[in-house]
Amino acid sequence: MSQHATPAHGGGRITAPLPFPTAARPEVANPQLRANLRRATHTIRGKRRRVVDEVPDWAALRDAGAAIKADVQRRLPELLERFEDAATAAGAHVHWARDAAEACRIVVELSRAAGATDVVKVKSMATQEIELNDALEEAGITAYETDLAELIVQLGDDTPSHILVPAIHYNRAQIREIFRRRMADAPPQLSDEPRELAEAARTHLRRRFLSAKVAVSGANFAVADTGTLVVVESEGNGRMCLTLPQTLISVVGVEKIVPSFADLEVFLQLLPRSSTGERMNPYTSMWTGVTPGDGPQEVHIVLVDNGRSAVLADPVGRQALSCIRCSACLNVCPVYERAGGHAYGSVYPGPIGAILSPQLTGVADNASLPYASTLCGACYDVCPVKINIPEVLIHLRQQAPHPVAERASMRGLSWIMRNPRRWAAALRAARLGAGPLGAARQRRIGARTLRWLPWPGSAWTQSRDAPLPAPQTFREWWEKR
Amino acid sequence: MRIALFITCVNDLAYPQTGIAVTRILERLGHTVDFPTAQTCCGQMHANTGYRAEALPMVHNYVKVFDRYDAIVTPSGSCTAMVRDQYPNLHPAAAAVAARTYELSELLVDVLGVTDVGAEFAGRVTYHPTCHGLRMLRLGDKPLALLRQVRGIHLVELDDAEECCGFGGTFALKNPDVSTAMLTDKCRRILDTGASVLAAADNSCLAHIGGGLGRGRSGVRVMHYAEILASTGAPA
Repeated sequence: MSQHATPAHGGGRITAPLPFPTAARPEVANPQLRANLRRATHTIRGKRRRVVDEVPDWAALRDAGAAIKADVQRRLPELLERFEDAATAAGAHVHWARDAAEACRIVVELSRAAGATDVVKVKSMATQEIELNDALEEAGITAYETDLAELIVQLGDDTPSHILVPAIHYNRAQIREIFRRRMADAPPQLSDEPRELAEAARTHLRRRFLSAKVAVSGANFAVADTGTLVVVESEGNGRMCLTLPQTLISVVGVEKIVPSFADLEVFLQLLPRSSTGERMNPYTSMWTGVTPGDGPQEVHIVLVDNGRSAVLADPVGRQALSCIRCSACLNVCPVYERAGGHAYGSVYPGPIGAILSPQLTGVADNASLPYASTLCGACYDVCPVKINIPEVLIHLRQQAPHPVAERASMRGLSWIMRNPRRWAAALRAARLGAGPLGAARQRRIGARTLRWLPWPGSAWTQSRDAPLPAPQTFREWWEKR
Repeated sequence: MRIALFITCVNDLAYPQTGIAVTRILERLGHTVDFPTAQTCCGQMHANTGYRAEALPMVHNYVKVFDRYDAIVTPSGSCTAMVRDQYPNLHPAAAAVAARTYELSELLVDVLGVTDVGAEFAGRVTYHPTCHGLRMLRLGDKPLALLRQVRGIHLVELDDAEECCGFGGTFALKNPDVSTAMLTDKCRRILDTGASVLAAADNSCLAHIGGGLGRGRSGVRVMHYAEILASTGAPA
C-alpha cells in the first residue's frame, strides 16, 4: 500500500442490492419474522442489561475499551508489523490481502496446497464478508459451517441476519424443518426441542471435525506484542476446529489488533456481557503460531484490509473500526427489530452495519443505509467501546448522494429560514394558505388535521394524520398580547 | 435573569399553544420572558438529513439572536439537543450560547430550582420520554418530577417508554414502513395504559404519535407537557 494512494474500498457481501426501505418492506410485513425478532432481541436485551448493570466499573471499562481501540487506530501500521513479526517468530505464516478477492484467493490456494477437498469453519464475520464459502465452492472445496446457527443458515441456503445469532430470523420449528429437509443424518423423529436439535447438529458435525485436514477461522482479537489470535465462542465447536485439523487458516480484519496481551483483560469483560449477556463465554481459545506436536502444525493468518484503510482515513468515521462485533446495538435497535438483518443487504446489519458497510464500500454504493435510523441513540448507549453511531450516521449522510427534489426543497427552505423577514413572511403565508382548510377541518372532524396529502407528504399520511398550521402563529400571538 | 424563548419553527407554525404555555408558566413564577422575533429555526432537519452547509446559516442566525441572553428556553428536547450537542462543532463561537440553552424542564428544575409550578389538570396522563431528551440531554426524571406536582393529575406509567416512536425527522418519510411499524407498537403501549392524554417534550414526536392515534380514532389526545404545567384547572 503506497502512503500517498487513496485507500481502496472493499468488496464482498457488504453492499445492499436493494435500497433499505424497499428491502425492509416485505420483512416488516412478515408476521413470523417479526415475532421471532421481537422475542429474540428482547430476550438478549434483558440478559445484557442484567449482567451489565451488576458491573460497578462498567463506565470505566467502556472508556478503556474505546481508548485502546483509538490508540490502535492511531498506529495501526506499526502494530500490524509488530504482530506479523511476533506471529512469524512463533511459526505462523502471515499473508496480506488488499481486498475480499485477494483474501479468498489466498485461502483457496492454501487449502489446495494442504490437499483439502473440504474445510471446517469456525463462525467468522470476516469470512462471511469476503464470501469465502462461495470462492471455495468454485474451487471444488466444500466449506462446512460448524457454529450451530451458521450451520442452520448454510443448510437453509440462506444468509446470516445477525452478527452474533445468524439464524435469529428462524424459530425452532423452522429450524427443525431445515434439519429434516437438508441434514441427511437427522433422526426421522426429530422434534423442535432445542436439546434434540443441538444433539442432531452435534452428531452431524462430529465426523467432520475428525476427518477435516483444514480449518478456517476468524479472530476476535490479534495481539500485536505476542502474535496471539483469540476466538471467543459458546459452543466448543470452534475449539474443535482450532485444535483437530493439521492446517489452520485464520482470516482476520486488520482492525482486530490490540497492542498487548493485558488489553484482553478489558475486552474479555466487555464482549460476553454485551454480546450473549453472559458474565463469561464458555470457550476462549488463544493460540500463538505453532506448538510442536500439539494442535495444527501449519498455521496461516490472512490479514484483510477490504476497505478498512479507507475507513481509517476518515477521522469521524474511523470509530466504526473499534467495533468488537458484540451485536448489542442490533439487539436494542428499534429499526433492526422490525426490519431484520437481511434488509441491510450486508453481513453487517443493524446500527453498526449502517455505519460500517457504507464506509467499507464507499457511501455512494450503500447510500440508503446511513438513513436507516431514527437517530434515537439506543445503540450508542449500549456500545461497549462507545462508538457514537448517531454522529457517524449524520456524518455519512453528508456524503450520500441526495435526491434532486429533496436537495431543491432543502435549499429553498434553508434560503427562507436563514433570513428572519423571509421566515416571518413564509409563516404568515402558510397560516393564511391553510386557514380556510383548517377551519373547515376543525368544524367537520374537530381537529386541524389532514387525512391525505399528495407526494411526498403521502409517505406521512399513509399511516398518520398530518397537522395543519394553527389559526394564529406564535409570533402573531406575541405581537398582539 | 433575561430569559429568551426559542419557540422552534414547528411550534411557531403549528403549536403556538405550547409557546403560550411556556410564557405563562415562567411569568407565573415571576420571570420576564423575551421573544426575539429575528429567530427562525435551529437547522436540525437540515443537519440531520445530510445538509450541513444548508444548516449553517440558521446556526449563525441563532447565535446572533440569542447570544445576549442569560438563558434560552425551548419546548423541544431535540432542538435543545441540536443546539447543545451539534452547534459547538458547527460554529466557532457557539459553545457559550449552546451551554445556556435549556429544554423547559432543565430550566425549571436545574436553573430555577422549581418542581411545583402551581398547575392543576384533571386527567389520566401518560408520558413518553422522547429519544433526544432521554439519551442526548439526559432529562431523566425532570419532566415527570414537574408533572407529579400537578394537582388533580393521574399519571400512569408507559411500558417500553424509552423506545423510539419511529419519527426520526425525515426517517418517517424515507422509511415509512419501518416508521409505521414502530408507531403501531408505541400506540399499542399508550392505549394499554388507558390514558386519555399522552404528554411529551417534543411536538414533532407528538405530531407523529398523535397522527397515528388520530388515524386509529383512538380518542387519545396528545399534549406538550408544558401545556399541562400551564393549566390552572379552568376548562381549556
